[in-house]
Amino acid sequence: MTAITDLAPASPVAARTAPETRAGTVELLTPAGWFAVCGTDALQPGHGVAALLPGGAQAAVFKDSTGRLYAIGNVDPFTGAGVLCHGLTGSAGGEPYVASPLLKQRFALADGRCLDDDEVTVASYPLRVR
Amino acid sequence: MTTPTPASTSAFDLTAEQPQPGPVLCPADHPAVPRPVIVLVGHGMVGQRFLEALAEHGVTERARVVVLCEEPRPAYDRVHLTSYFSEGASPESLSLVGDGFMARHGVELHVGDPAVAVDRDSRTVTARSGLSVRYDVLVLATGSYPFVPPVPGKDAEGCFVYRTIEDVLAIERYARGVGTGAVVGGGLLGLEAAGALRGLGLDTHVVEFAPRLMPVQVDEGGGAALRRSVEGLGVTVHTGVGTQEITTDGAGRVDGMALSDGSHLPAGMVVFSAGVRPRDDLARACGLDVGERGGIVVDASCRTSDPAVFAIGECALAADGRVYGLVAPGNEMAETAARTIAGPGGQDGGFTGADTSTKLKLLGVDVASFGDAHGTADGALDVLYSDSRSGVYRKLVVGADGTLLGGVLVGDVESYGVLRPLTGTVPPVAPEHLVLPAGAGAPVSLGPTALPDDAVICSCHNVTKGAIRGAVTDHACTGVAEVKKCTKAGTGCGSCLKVLGQLVDAELEAGGVAVDKGLCACFAQTRAELYEIVLALRLTSYRELLDAHGRPEARGGEGCEVCKPAVASILASLAPAIGGSVHVLDGEQAALQDTNDRFLANMQKNGSYSIVPRIPGGEITPEKLIVIGEVARDFGLYTKITGGQRIDLFGARVEQLPVIWARLVDAGFESGHAYGKALRTVKSCVGSTWCRFGVQDSVRMAIDLELRYRGLRAPHKLKSAVSGCARECAEAQSKDFGVIATASGWNLYVGGNGGATPRHGDLLAKDLSDAELVRLIDRFLMFYIRTADRLERTSVWLERIAGGLEHVRDVVVHDSLGICDELEALMAAHVAGYRDEWADTLGDPERLSRFVSFVNAPGTPDPTVRFVPERDQIRPEPLPARTETVTA
Repeated sequence: MTAITDLAPASPVAARTAPETRAGTVELLTPAGWFAVCGTDALQPGHGVAALLPGGAQAAVFKDSTGRLYAIGNVDPFTGAGVLCHGLTGSAGGEPYVASPLLKQRFALADGRCLDDDEVTVASYPLRVR
Repeated sequence: MTTPTPASTSAFDLTAEQPQPGPVLCPADHPAVPRPVIVLVGHGMVGQRFLEALAEHGVTERARVVVLCEEPRPAYDRVHLTSYFSEGASPESLSLVGDGFMARHGVELHVGDPAVAVDRDSRTVTARSGLSVRYDVLVLATGSYPFVPPVPGKDAEGCFVYRTIEDVLAIERYARGVGTGAVVGGGLLGLEAAGALRGLGLDTHVVEFAPRLMPVQVDEGGGAALRRSVEGLGVTVHTGVGTQEITTDGAGRVDGMALSDGSHLPAGMVVFSAGVRPRDDLARACGLDVGERGGIVVDASCRTSDPAVFAIGECALAADGRVYGLVAPGNEMAETAARTIAGPGGQDGGFTGADTSTKLKLLGVDVASFGDAHGTADGALDVLYSDSRSGVYRKLVVGADGTLLGGVLVGDVESYGVLRPLTGTVPPVAPEHLVLPAGAGAPVSLGPTALPDDAVICSCHNVTKGAIRGAVTDHACTGVAEVKKCTKAGTGCGSCLKVLGQLVDAELEAGGVAVDKGLCACFAQTRAELYEIVLALRLTSYRELLDAHGRPEARGGEGCEVCKPAVASILASLAPAIGGSVHVLDGEQAALQDTNDRFLANMQKNGSYSIVPRIPGGEITPEKLIVIGEVARDFGLYTKITGGQRIDLFGARVEQLPVIWARLVDAGFESGHAYGKALRTVKSCVGSTWCRFGVQDSVRMAIDLELRYRGLRAPHKLKSAVSGCARECAEAQSKDFGVIATASGWNLYVGGNGGATPRHGDLLAKDLSDAELVRLIDRFLMFYIRTADRLERTSVWLERIAGGLEHVRDVVVHDSLGICDELEALMAAHVAGYRDEWADTLGDPERLSRFVSFVNAPGTPDPTVRFVPERDQIRPEPLPARTETVTA
């Protein structure tokens, strides 16, 4: 439930077909509340960035080719390394994912599920642009 | 779990109600009738096959099945035990039991709880834990135990056998403290064990009492060829000598062996691998008939002297009076027993003997033996080819009427997949054509499509060619994976997989089914086809290619991690020639690259990176060495000399990469492309400038070649080397393209490889001048880049493409396709367009902005990147959970 469209219907980037993101600041919903991580200009399609969250957790933030934004945990559960933001992205059956650069397991960008191991999942962060 | 069966099971009194060899279990499953109980003693490979066969016949639905297993884990693939050493397999990866198999079929498995007694009167088995189970049918699959000759010292500390995962783990632990190991026994298992010791880095000896290695399977000539190859791998072979005593040091630990020829062989550990004996002690103790030399006597249905008791696998003495130590006959017995127990409806046919053909890779040497390998039949004749230089030995045994009876293959067993199924038939071509190598008068290449339908392709599971064809035509299987699932073919030892793939493809094509050779779920084209599209249409972006030429369902999508880097590589290879962006991090290209290419460094297991500056030809000045040392010291990096004659600097954090490159670039270094599917290094020996044997300046040539092809993006990495004389110190024949100096020029070898599947390069052309050499390599590399599949090394490509080496030679030497001008022009454009990727990145603020740990805290180091000290340097902090389960 992280795709921005599902969370903030009032946002101008809410429409699934919207090809472009409104310029502004990307905020993630963390246990400590909404937390600003970067400007939308820091994100490029297919190219994630890592963000350090309050409390020391890490998020990997992505933009897909239609402009939708996603945020999941950055630490690869299979290796313990903070690398998911550096993985290659793709889509399978319309579902966008990132493949870990280390052992190549894929994680759904929308909810952090591992697509190659039913028992593994990473965190998923709702986000908005302000 | 199922409910335990009440004591009274008279409804299934076999002796009273069922005349032999009739069915054993009543097929009805009336609720009032207690479910019959089948107890399986032993859960090895054959035991598991028996359970699968029971499930296939539906027996698990109407009977309670209890398994008593001595080892601490369920059945695993003992045949591939050596892969634990050679390929780093984990005990878990060797497991033969599918996820949820036991639960799905309601099988009660007790691991680590062997059966200790059988009372046949009360039909009760007792396990070590005290568990007692009443059975209606008892199946013994207790396997065998390693035979240890009764020599003094055989029980000393440092003596091992090679049979179970526990044995392997114990050998691995003990080997850390010793330098030399000896294996007693030069048979199949002995050579496996020797391979394991060699893999652990031990100086390895094999002691075989017979006059040759593998005396059971191969003949004298084959044994000699095998010995040469095995010795070439650094294993010392002693044949025709026996072991008289295991000697020990003062502390009682093994220190060597006294041999029958009076010599003493020093060794820190000894592995006994002198054959196996059937484990029939349980059967003996309960009064079942056993053979004079061991083995539980069974009939063709695998029934013992007690009709309620069956024995299968290595513990059984089959109806033909033999004990079979191979998995294929064991599986056949398991199926026979399961069929008999299932009762009517099962297929007919018992177990009266089996094919003992074997094909395996021992210490990297391929060996195969099939049929009447020793030519024992009356009137048997030999057809023989032997080439000691390349270690190839092939012998076929034929009858007077031309029937193929058997054979021995050493060194090159390519034809095994076709020859074994032809055994017992008159082959469609003369036998001499079947032993000669291609190009030496063998005009006919006999493919698997020439085999008759009743030819057995998978001998482990007894699957015929007809059954495989049927899986495609009648069961609508559309690929090897489905055929494996449907027929079980290829799921045993795996030696038939290549032939299986050819048959499935041929059958699919014959049925008009297009075989999907597409790159991935996004593109229906092969990599080579995409290359042609990009070149012809001068495309410069992935998005254009995906949206116009991708599969319909993938157009407009995000692509995938398979095609993105593959297309990025094609775009990069062609960019200088068709006007694309040259830098791999330009624009859209950056997001297509594998992480390593994206950060121009190699990501290591904890998310840190390693950095390899180019050191062309391995030549470096003291000043540059000092700079590397200073950089490593200042950034606390771990340094290691690579196999490609350069220096790898490990442990850099992503935000440190540009700072480190700046220091290196200032000192005259550039990227070594260790991260790319690109040219890596051109190794060299010191050559004629210093070496008294050298005939050409190999260092200069290596530097010239490395600088010419640096940065060239290819379907896979490219390695090269130049040797200054025929002594080949640079190991050029193990490279994608290797150059060896001759008195009059250079010899060019192509398609060599080290790694997991080593291959010696093939000689493409001889005695070339400098200019001829460079022109030929230009053409060769560009032809490879153009036609190879994704991640296909030159060695695999050369064997795959139609026509092989001869075709490549025709194209690049004789210009048979008329494309050499174009290939040369493409390479010229690459050479002219080369720029150092590190320096370019340092000069571009936008690219540099990506080299941060966190977008919102660029200077904060990633806390998951942690190091601990080891041998005066750093190493990644080990992860607790995952690594320890493997080595425990």
